[in-house]
Amino acid sequence: MTDQFKIAIIGSGPGGMSAAARAAELGLSHILLEAAPHLASTIHHFQKGKAVMAEPSVLPLRSSISFGPGSREAILETWRDELAAHQVNLRLNAAVSAIAGEAGNFQITLLSGECLVAKFVVLAIGVQGNIRKLAVPGEDLPGVQYQLDDPDLFNDETIVVVGGGDAGVENALALARQNRVLLVNRQDDFSNCKEANYEQLMASVARGKIEIRVNTLTERVEPYSGEAFKLSYMAQTPEGREQIDCHRIIARLGAKPPRQLVEGFGVVFPNNESTAVPQLSEQYESNVKGLYIVGALAGYPLIKQAMNQGYEVIEYIQGNPVEPADEALLKEKFASVPDIHSVSEGMALLRANQPLLAPLTTLQLREFMLESVVRVPRRGEVIFNRNDYSNSFFSILEGRVAIQTEGAGGEDAVFALEQGNFFGEMSLLSGRRRSGTAVASEDCILVETSRRSMLKLLYSAGGVQRKLDEVSLKRVVRGCLDTQLPERELDYLVQGAQSRRYAVGDELFHEGDKADGLYMIRRGSVTVSRQVAGKEVVLAYISAGNYVGEMALLSNQPRSATVRAASPTEAVMLTAVRVAEVLSRNTAMRRKVDSRYLEHVRADEYSLSSESSGLIHFLMGQGVGEATDVLLIDYARCIRCNNCEAACADVHDGTSRLDREAGATYAQIHVPTSCRHCEHPHCMKDCPPDAIHRTVNGEVFISDNCIGCGHCQTNCPYGVIQMAVRQDYPKRTIWQIILGTNRVRLSPAGADEQVKKAVKCDMCKDILGGPVCVRACPTGAALRVSPESFLGYIK
Amino acid sequence: MNNMQGATLLNYKNYRYLKVSAAIVLVALVVYVLHDPVGDRAFGGTWLGYTLGVLATLMLFGMMWYGVAKRSITGTPDWSMITDREGEGRDLAEMKARHLRGKPPVNKGLRGSGMLQEWLSGHVYLGISLVVLATLHTGFHLGWNVHTLAYVLMVLVVLSGFYGLSVYLNYPRLITLNMGEDTLDDLLLKIAELDELAAARALDLSDEVNVLVRASCQETRVGGDFLQQLSGSQRNCPTAFATRHLLELGGQYVREEQRKMLRDLYSLLMRKEKLVQRARTDIMLKARLECWLYLHAPLGIALFAALAAHIVAIYFYW
Repeated sequence: MTDQFKIAIIGSGPGGMSAAARAAELGLSHILLEAAPHLASTIHHFQKGKAVMAEPSVLPLRSSISFGPGSREAILETWRDELAAHQVNLRLNAAVSAIAGEAGNFQITLLSGECLVAKFVVLAIGVQGNIRKLAVPGEDLPGVQYQLDDPDLFNDETIVVVGGGDAGVENALALARQNRVLLVNRQDDFSNCKEANYEQLMASVARGKIEIRVNTLTERVEPYSGEAFKLSYMAQTPEGREQIDCHRIIARLGAKPPRQLVEGFGVVFPNNESTAVPQLSEQYESNVKGLYIVGALAGYPLIKQAMNQGYEVIEYIQGNPVEPADEALLKEKFASVPDIHSVSEGMALLRANQPLLAPLTTLQLREFMLESVVRVPRRGEVIFNRNDYSNSFFSILEGRVAIQTEGAGGEDAVFALEQGNFFGEMSLLSGRRRSGTAVASEDCILVETSRRSMLKLLYSAGGVQRKLDEVSLKRVVRGCLDTQLPERELDYLVQGAQSRRYAVGDELFHEGDKADGLYMIRRGSVTVSRQVAGKEVVLAYISAGNYVGEMALLSNQPRSATVRAASPTEAVMLTAVRVAEVLSRNTAMRRKVDSRYLEHVRADEYSLSSESSGLIHFLMGQGVGEATDVLLIDYARCIRCNNCEAACADVHDGTSRLDREAGATYAQIHVPTSCRHCEHPHCMKDCPPDAIHRTVNGEVFISDNCIGCGHCQTNCPYGVIQMAVRQDYPKRTIWQIILGTNRVRLSPAGADEQVKKAVKCDMCKDILGGPVCVRACPTGAALRVSPESFLGYIK
Repeated sequence: MNNMQGATLLNYKNYRYLKVSAAIVLVALVVYVLHDPVGDRAFGGTWLGYTLGVLATLMLFGMMWYGVAKRSITGTPDWSMITDREGEGRDLAEMKARHLRGKPPVNKGLRGSGMLQEWLSGHVYLGISLVVLATLHTGFHLGWNVHTLAYVLMVLVVLSGFYGLSVYLNYPRLITLNMGEDTLDDLLLKIAELDELAAARALDLSDEVNVLVRASCQETRVGGDFLQQLSGSQRNCPTAFATRHLLELGGQYVREEQRKMLRDLYSLLMRKEKLVQRARTDIMLKARLECWLYLHAPLGIALFAALAAHIVAIYFYW
């Protein structure tokens, strides 16, 4: 006799549990099937004592089961008790092997052979089925694990944790208590883990408890040949290869949805991406009518979301209209748009008019919208200006936007973008200032998404990343080479383009090599240099948004210079064959590239013959290349009076942010120790309280919520940050200055201000008139320059 | 690199203050020549004399104000920037609150927000014109009195200023050429290290050599009192003496290791001598760069006092 139920819920994680509880509350006939011998397998396998978070905090919880931040054990116990209190019909050790049938009559077969019948099925099985492995030789050696149950079991070991998501970070933090831990992350930053985890990680790193390796890939794992360790972990870091000998490797690389099983139930996945999730309706119904999917399998790995969905899905099955938990928040987003009256209208518009977001499910789209802002610029309104420091991403839902850029030859180019398009992606990818000005040509509806959210999105939805890359690469090629190039030529060029990453010092190509193609610099910067009389002479410095390598292509000669990465760089190579073909078919493009080629030849010869090359080389070495505004002192005019330091201290609570004497000198140009306001501030990367920001005018400053951890000071390669106690430094009056009286007594301001905070040059952004160091120099020896203009100074 | 060199203080804003001061001098000269005073005697008491006197006094105040400006060139706070400090930079918040546009104004001539170079440029040129004005003011009517004292002090101040100007224009480059990236502390450290090495080497050689080396280590003086600093050298410098005489003593050594040790010692001493010379030159240049201020400023104050006396005297006694 087969059991019959109205709703069968498969999986007793947060989603399934919440659904079952709601069903029980409503008095519906239901069954909660769980494959493991315990509830909530994924959470059960969290490490002992893990602090579970309740993100996203803006989202309200709507479920019959309670949930709040707490320890793993406490939460599991609460759930167990509440499920029992609701009298949920729970069956453990009941793994499902097949589902057949249709809405109103599903036959669910368990592993044991037993069969159940249900009218509706809610699939809440999560994604922990297929844990992603390292995918390198040695991934299954003893000592390599993909799970961490109890961090306290290991003592005094050297452990490599691979994975920059929440799991990896939490494991690393726990293990660091008793072991030496190295955390390896293939990405540049930790945008994929929760804020609180990130802050804890940074604090740990600052105290020296965990070592991190970013931009690092696993090459392979070998058994250690010796007694001291068990394994050798071979990594590829930006600085080169590194071998880390350890006792254990714990890889937390996420998991793939158990695709085959789910497809066996009749559910269709939209594409072959490994990150793909099934396409669902707004009510969580899959393509199989009556079969609903909630939780991580639906694309929502967070507990709170799954619980909300569990509750909602039961309501939908009952036919009760229920507003999704994020409805109110999304409604607010669309409030400023005149023609949108409901969230579903807004979401429909977003989906229809932004093909880039097509690979996203409805629910992922809602999450995307939650992290974005709707802008409605009027006709003629400027959205951003060239050289602005913003880096958000814009999707055009309606209207037209004109982008004005400066072509590589100096001529202005305007191109129009209509609805369905996007812009702002260059700054997203390279992190540099806006390369063009965006103006609304008519009244528009735009969706603006912050860089952090976009990067998260790109990481989780592979299809989006590829599409974005394709479009943006074509734009970069068009902008660099020829703005009039027809679309099909662009397509031809871009097909077969190879993307490459380079660490600092890596060569893109060497002088004398055969020309293999044209390199478009997407991110970072490179130097172009040549060997002259046994010395390497730097000829030029090329940053993201430009290209190198055209000279050899055009002249059919071997490479005339060596191009080397000056900062971590990503370049796309367009193959020589295709470039040559396209050039031969498009005379306008050929002419532009030719004239630029001649210009480069002229500039190179000039650089070689003048002294300025040595100075460029020196300044690059001092980091001026990545600066946006650097203080230089002309030592042929500086009378060493140090008035610059005195004035800086005067304006900044008694601590000078500038050390005039320290720093390197070359050919009468001195680079004192003072903040360079870098394009990619090293200090900003790892600030636990996120106290370092950049203003709209480009100044990098440390705000008042600095906690004095000193991490920025360690990170800065130029040593410009110091830790100082804030002094009580009243300004002298005119009479005090004239009479030379009242020497200022420096004392810490307030008893609680004994803590040292990080201070550095903030370009006197709070002062009308600009940087005081420049203004206080009697002979005009102090200059603030940006790399673009300093070449003019030294000619 | 020509753009970076050349003193901005002379050609600041295209010689603006030179032009201003030249104009003043020209006008004063012309008026003086044309002026036909009562009693055929030009002096400070004529209307032209008074005018010039008042003008000169005001200019003198301006000159002295340079000292105040130097210490208060800080600029007024920009309140629109300060209030946003806390929330600035957060992703969403920054996107919403992007109302802060435009670069902060540079050099808008607001109080305290000017440029010191401008002050110095003005100070130099107008100071020169001050001499002319004051001279015309006297009508060349000089004597042994407080009035002439004021005049003489003024001339001395300006002369010391000329010296200052010339060192400001020429010495910085010399200092950099001499020192490069090293600081004085770096050099002194290196000298101390060489001293230790030399003393150790000398122990293996004869007594005469040791005497030379010890004198070099202990009695070489870098810097010193005011005059010694300015001279940039030491009379009978023991290091120079040692390098000159060391090789003479070499004749007594026959064995190759000893000759080698002597050569090593010689090279150490040569290096030390070079460093000592560089250090002394650095100190000398810096001393010369600063010494004149010890005249210029106090004389200026004295001038101020004499001027006060001069003005009081005029009103009470003339």
